[in-house]
Amino acid sequence: MTTSVLPQAATPMKRSKLRRSVSDSLVVTERNLVAYLRIPDQLFFSSVQPIMFVLLFRFVFGGAIATPGMSYVNFLMAGIFVQTVLFGSVSTSVGLAEDLQKGLIERFRSLPMARSAVLFGRTIADSVRNVFVMILITLVGFAVGFRIGTSFGLYLVAFALLILFAFSFSWIFAYIGLSASNSETAQLMAFPILFPLTFASTAFVPASSMPPWLRWFAEHQPVSITVNATRALMQGGPGANTAHWVILTLIWSAIFMAIFIPLAVWRYRRVG
Amino acid sequence: MNAAIEAEGLTKTFGSDVRALNGVSFSVEKGTVLGLLGPNGAGKTTTVRVLTTTLVPDDGWARVNGLDVVKDANKVRASIGLAGQYAAVDENLTGRENLRMVGQLFQLSRKDANRVADELLEHFDLTEAAQRPAKTYSGGMRRRLDIAAALVVRPPVLFLDEPTTGLDPNSRNSVWQIVEDLVASGTTVLLTTQYLEEADRLADNIVVVDRGAVIAEGTPAKLKSTLGETVLDLGFPDPASANSASKLFVGSWPAPPVIDGSMLELPIDSGPSQVMTALRVLDDAGMAPSSMTLREPSLDDVFLSLTGRRTELEEAQS
Repeated sequence: MTTSVLPQAATPMKRSKLRRSVSDSLVVTERNLVAYLRIPDQLFFSSVQPIMFVLLFRFVFGGAIATPGMSYVNFLMAGIFVQTVLFGSVSTSVGLAEDLQKGLIERFRSLPMARSAVLFGRTIADSVRNVFVMILITLVGFAVGFRIGTSFGLYLVAFALLILFAFSFSWIFAYIGLSASNSETAQLMAFPILFPLTFASTAFVPASSMPPWLRWFAEHQPVSITVNATRALMQGGPGANTAHWVILTLIWSAIFMAIFIPLAVWRYRRVG
Repeated sequence: MNAAIEAEGLTKTFGSDVRALNGVSFSVEKGTVLGLLGPNGAGKTTTVRVLTTTLVPDDGWARVNGLDVVKDANKVRASIGLAGQYAAVDENLTGRENLRMVGQLFQLSRKDANRVADELLEHFDLTEAAQRPAKTYSGGMRRRLDIAAALVVRPPVLFLDEPTTGLDPNSRNSVWQIVEDLVASGTTVLLTTQYLEEADRLADNIVVVDRGAVIAEGTPAKLKSTLGETVLDLGFPDPASANSASKLFVGSWPAPPVIDGSMLELPIDSGPSQVMTALRVLDDAGMAPSSMTLREPSLDDVFLSLTGRRTELEEAQS
């Protein structure tokens, strides 16, 4: 069965630590994106859910929710965008839990690659996926009456801000994925975190309709802040306070990354 | 310094009470094959994980190619290959993409990684399947791809964790052939196995582990001579004929025959020719056995003679 001689060994390139981390991360990113393309039904069904939410809130609940200053569909879409990219981070934890289960992490850990690369490769690939889902949801939004009230440039700023916030948020899920005993558990563990943050927020209803204790939480938690920033960037209007919300969103993103990147990498080194 | 792998007093406890390794020590000379033999849960995989840097031992130390597996972990990783039950291939990637990815993660350029991938695919008879996702591969093809992935940089030391578990005999043979070719080209191999036959065929030295500790070591020949022997079981219609058949061998046979009911057990220590001798002796006397089995000592026999108990698997079955 051995029909030829074993190949000549190729010489590894000498790279700085940083170059190596970047190139390793990109190799793993490519691998994850190829997997997304190979299982298109997964991509399809993960887009169905946010589309359902758009239709549900636009046509079922929307008529009952009063939003001062703008039409409900324009109010809603900022919340849908945030919800969509945040729910996308579930695939970060599920993907890592699957790699762990299948022994791929074990192989990666035995390779002379950067310890952070498997995690960056995952979170970057999920960010790329988020870009596609965001474009899709924007189109669906346009179809049901969503309009940008400011400018296309500010819409793009909001887009970039959301991708960044979701990227930082997905590190929480990277940590969860490496801590879960299997991918099903990783998926289940996501909802107690995602549901309160997305629904007890300003994403779908104004916080003013909530009881005081919940209202305080809904007005101050990071998902609401990001929703407010997105809404301000896309719809503007008097009292939008855009810069305030954008800066707060950036601060929250920085906090998530500062805590959860080191924590997830620490977990990766010790996993198994 | 001629040892490619040295382990000294490795200890690892999981949780608060599962002691996976309890002071494992051994060394492997350059260019030789060490067979780490033991039942499930003996500590084989844990040992491999420590030596391949994916698990830090609680106590003890290990060196691979003279490099400490904890302090110089990344240098160790650059000089080893790992394949087997725990190190998997990515099912969604094609065979070629899998090998290219591993090559790139060994810091090869994309061009070099592609070249090595193609050469390895050809070497392992996978060229035709190169563009198919690995999930379409058979068990044997997957294992070959897995081993190929461990060879992208031609590491001087290769770890194979149960490389043939779950394979059909044909695929098992081709994996054995691959290992023999690698050793012939100077690679040091540590392989874990549950099969005495596999260790016997491939290994220069065998280390038997049980419950996280080394309980025996030596060459296959030495172990087999102390641990058990091949036995030819000859069945006869009744105890009387077994008894008369045994008389033909008493005195002339190197080891004394044993009668068990109508079964005559002849120890065989010099291979198939001795079986022919036995049959010739019977034929000359006009006797024909009604059944015949050649019984190799199994891992279980080894365990029975070393520990006085059966392997966990057998315990569970009985």
